[in-house]
Amino acid sequence: MMARLSTSLVSGFIFGLGLVISGMSNPAKVIGFLDLAGAWDPTLLLVMGGALAVTIPGFWLLKKRARPLFAERFELPARKDLDARLVAGAALFGLGWGIAGFCPGPAITALAAARLDVALFVAAMIVGALAYRMLFSTQPAKGTGAPIKKAAAE
Amino acid sequence: MESFTPVSGTLGGVLIGLAATILLAGSGRIAGISGIAGGLPSRVPGDNAWRILFLIGLVLGAGVYQLVTSAPLEVRIDVSAPLLITSGFIVGFGTRLGGGCTSGHGVCGVARFSVRSIIVTLVFIGVAMLTTFVLRHLLP
Repeated sequence: MMARLSTSLVSGFIFGLGLVISGMSNPAKVIGFLDLAGAWDPTLLLVMGGALAVTIPGFWLLKKRARPLFAERFELPARKDLDARLVAGAALFGLGWGIAGFCPGPAITALAAARLDVALFVAAMIVGALAYRMLFSTQPAKGTGAPIKKAAAE
Repeated sequence: MESFTPVSGTLGGVLIGLAATILLAGSGRIAGISGIAGGLPSRVPGDNAWRILFLIGLVLGAGVYQLVTSAPLEVRIDVSAPLLITSGFIVGFGTRLGGGCTSGHGVCGVARFSVRSIIVTLVFIGVAMLTTFVLRHLLP
């Protein structure tokens, strides 16, 4: 249990460090990549490339293991189908990402800057995620109405 | 100001990949930020603490970096508050509907050669580029 929780904290820490060092926690830097018609900055491609250079061999090696080090099993997405909902979600996310240059990881990481605008973005993001949960609850519901309302209130 | 930074970009990317590999190796979880945060609060017993600790880790990583370099984090946002809030809402809703974001689909899903993650990643990057173009070149 402790090992599993420490793994989470360490992984989050290194992830946050990576986002800051790569410059991705700065929306202006991300817009620099998304803005093909401006002074295009391809850095984001190298960030993804650097990450994939580790995750492709890393995940491939892990696939051979029966279970992770500190948990019972690997919790991998089982679904392989692509439906209209998924594509619509991706398009909506792209729309939001293109407006301000913030996606979830960099926005939460940038909370370290203790700025009101970052906090506003993260708060709006939480409201958006809760709105999704109210519309399409994906968690095992015990009684439909009450728990969802409770989640929305928090 | 926002010039190409290949060395720090690649180094940061390697750290992100390392973090995702550590989480999968230790906890068997995919390091998708929208999924980790969006799963809160979870009704599954024992499913909350690891999520919260990962998110605290993100902020701590940036905080320690600020302390070590003794420079404030560079965060430049060039849209108005109403647009910023709208964008936050859409990102929160869209990443849940689309089953993930840049980390879950873009880094982890693509690494597993998941066809749906590759398509989703291409869609959100494409739409984000189009949105940037419309907002910054067509509308002003």
